[in-house]
Amino acid sequence: MTLSIIANGRRRTLETPPDRRLIDIIREDLHLTGTKEGCGSGECGACTVLLNGKPANSCLIWACQVQHGEIVTIEGIAPPEGLHPVQEAFVQEGAVQCGFCTPGMILSSVALLATNPNPDREEIKHALSGNLCRCTGYSKIFRAVERAAESLRNGK
Amino acid sequence: MISQSPSVVGSSIPRADAIGKVTGRTKYGADYSMPGMLWAAVVRSDRPHAEISAIETDDALGIDGVEAVITAGDIPGNNVVPVVFRDQPCLAENVVRYVGEPIALVAAATQEIAREAAGRVRVSYRDLPAVFDPRDAMTPDSPKIFGDDNVVKHWRIRRGDPTQAFKTADIVVEDTYRTPYQEHAYIEPQAMLAIPTSGGGIEVLGAMQCPFYVQWALVEVLGLPYSKVRVIQTATGGAFGGKEDVPSLVACQAALLAMKTGRPVKLVYTRREDIRSMSKRHPAWIRYKSAADKTGKLLAVEVEYILNAGAYATLSPVVLWRGTVHAVGPYRCENVQVDAYAVATNTVPCGAFRGFGSPQILFAAESQMDRLAEALGMNPVEIRSRNLLKMGDTTPFGQILKESVGSEEALDLAVKQSEFASKYRSFPAESKNNRIKCGIGMACTFYGVGLGAGGAHLARTGAFVQMLADGSVQFAVGTTEIGQGMETVLGQIVAEELGVTADRVSMLPVDTSRVPDSGPTVASRATTMSGQALRNACNPIRKILLEEAALTLGCSGSDVSLARGYAADDRKEIEISQLAARAIKQRKHLASQGFHVAPPTSWEEENGQGDAYVVYSWATHVAEVEVNTATGEVRVLKIVAAHDVGRAVNPQAVEGQIEGGAVQGMGYAVMEHIPMENGVLQAEDLSTYIVPTSKDVPDITSIIVEHPFSDGPYGAKGFGEHPLMGIAPAVANAVAHAIGIHISEIPLIPERVLAAMGK
Repeated sequence: MTLSIIANGRRRTLETPPDRRLIDIIREDLHLTGTKEGCGSGECGACTVLLNGKPANSCLIWACQVQHGEIVTIEGIAPPEGLHPVQEAFVQEGAVQCGFCTPGMILSSVALLATNPNPDREEIKHALSGNLCRCTGYSKIFRAVERAAESLRNGK
Repeated sequence: MISQSPSVVGSSIPRADAIGKVTGRTKYGADYSMPGMLWAAVVRSDRPHAEISAIETDDALGIDGVEAVITAGDIPGNNVVPVVFRDQPCLAENVVRYVGEPIALVAAATQEIAREAAGRVRVSYRDLPAVFDPRDAMTPDSPKIFGDDNVVKHWRIRRGDPTQAFKTADIVVEDTYRTPYQEHAYIEPQAMLAIPTSGGGIEVLGAMQCPFYVQWALVEVLGLPYSKVRVIQTATGGAFGGKEDVPSLVACQAALLAMKTGRPVKLVYTRREDIRSMSKRHPAWIRYKSAADKTGKLLAVEVEYILNAGAYATLSPVVLWRGTVHAVGPYRCENVQVDAYAVATNTVPCGAFRGFGSPQILFAAESQMDRLAEALGMNPVEIRSRNLLKMGDTTPFGQILKESVGSEEALDLAVKQSEFASKYRSFPAESKNNRIKCGIGMACTFYGVGLGAGGAHLARTGAFVQMLADGSVQFAVGTTEIGQGMETVLGQIVAEELGVTADRVSMLPVDTSRVPDSGPTVASRATTMSGQALRNACNPIRKILLEEAALTLGCSGSDVSLARGYAADDRKEIEISQLAARAIKQRKHLASQGFHVAPPTSWEEENGQGDAYVVYSWATHVAEVEVNTATGEVRVLKIVAAHDVGRAVNPQAVEGQIEGGAVQGMGYAVMEHIPMENGVLQAEDLSTYIVPTSKDVPDITSIIVEHPFSDGPYGAKGFGEHPLMGIAPAVANAVAHAIGIHISEIPLIPERVLAAMGK
């Protein structure tokens, strides 16, 4: 099929089998390797991207499901030389260790803060419950999301 | 202006690798591609023990896009992936010994084709009798997997006269404990890219802890000299021991196909393949008997400790050794008998996992301490304080503790912070009539830092440091960043040594061609060992900077301090970047190699006595739980962890290790396990192997205790494994406090808790 999507703000048109996974299109055709594959079955959340503004496991989505859709990956949430407030907060709070879950974790956090600018701890835990992290014990990730929420509310 | 700066060491600067990781720019093994690259897939055994009668590859080779199929006969070098022994083949030859064992390799144009072709390689088997339980494997009529008795290794400790001590003791408690498989569940599956070089050699890059292990395996399997084998670590998405020895297998698989086809070959495991075939924490069976007198003095300990090694020895002998050394826990005890066995079965080989053979035995040891306390009417703090190893004491394996013993301070701080004493008294009464009962429990642990006598021949590290014309600094080491924060911490050490700010220091990718064999990145050794090697490397550079500064400032070199990017005496200062430019113009050598060898250790095998490790880190964990007596569910609400780390080079990174280890330990305590049936693991993905999610996380309080270690950089000791080690017994003791029943098997899943309560 001829697939037409907007990826990180740019229109992309490419030929692909309709049953190709979105993650493969992102990583192999668009060369956006910040989206990670941890399990291939929607259990770990490492492949999370924003599809039409909502977090989605890109390993479970087929090309034919995203026709004319808008996709944002980790490479697309901030300008090349800057950091999104969520990225900045992850750096400052020490919320990153091995980093493999980080892109997915950040996109789930961005999606949460887009709809809920002042989440409490339980709401953060709920929003991130589809993203596994095996390094940090999550605690510093929660603090990073709280810090990012505050900077976003303060218009930073 | 004279700069009076806070030191770089000891400050919580953000991680050096954080920006690359939050922007998605950091490349992991699977993110690399090459022109002309092929994809690999592995054909694996679906039998636990069988003779291979035939391997038919024609079907697979006939698929469009398949470039090569390899079996054991195609291996140019030795068919062995060496670890401690040389019993594990790279590809099964004649016999398979576990489900998931590699038999053949396929290279094809795409990953899909490679995987399809692997499924079309037909292996015919003749089944052999198999054995799955290590205690069955120790019986005389068991099928033999390893040697003539399946015992991969037996370690012992003999001290005093336990038999006599048990006869005369006031209190004796004994039980049998069991612990499960634990899967590392690093989020990044194993991944490797192998590239043939123009000189007939190989370059391999990918996820790993131990590039020099990978190099050694490639030398063996490919039959190449070391000089033609180069291994580069990419960013690695979690390891925890699960990328210690097994990446050698992955690398050999990709490299064999690369050498055969003359093209780059990438191999990325599926999650299922990874869980099925890669190493795990050994399941353990432990019989533990302890004796005390009326005052709570620990008189004697007798332990039988059996690990299920799986089908090959891999790291089991040294995992077992660490378990043996830690068998009594951090206590004085004059009468000790430990018999520890790693036993081969027809199951996936177990290996390294954070704690390395100690979490299993410490679960038993620390459960026993609570039972002794209960029998004596003491509280858990009293009995531990009564016996805790202190400076100058002799360990149960005969080592006199000469420095850096923060055991008491860690205990005191954890007990105070957690309000242990009052909660221990009040919880039973408070939840007496409730369905949900609260409990609080604790565990004291110690951790032998580094490889110790069990791996003394590997206890050295190399380093390279270079200051460039703008005063920025590059360094290289042979240990790896695997998420633990090594890159940042070592950068801080280099910055401190050379007086520059940490943002001026960059780590080069870990590459076997840059520094000499530095041993593995295991045993919480990277900060101490590479840190010391880097300090050695910095010395000559620092000397040149001081000389240049003295000349420029018109003072003596001994009056100059280097800090925060400036060289200064008490009147003037000059930027280090200017000194560097000047020194380089004068053809001074601003680059240097460093090397560090660990101080001596010893182990006398017959009686298990010796100076096992150079130094120990010390910890106390307190866990607060609630147990739903109707459903059996255990929720861990709070964890307080106090750790003597010698010196926290980066306190935020130390906290990160404590929090991550606590949650991994909590998973081990209450949810993680893999049932095994006839050699087949019954969990093969992350929906059946359950690890803690964000919703399971308790409130964690980290307490850093600093009793400096003279051979650690700025006093630092290794401790990255330690945060996991005391959690399971602290949680189990808290559950026992809540429901009044000790459960001697983890994880404390609802059905087990209900069964223990007779429901």
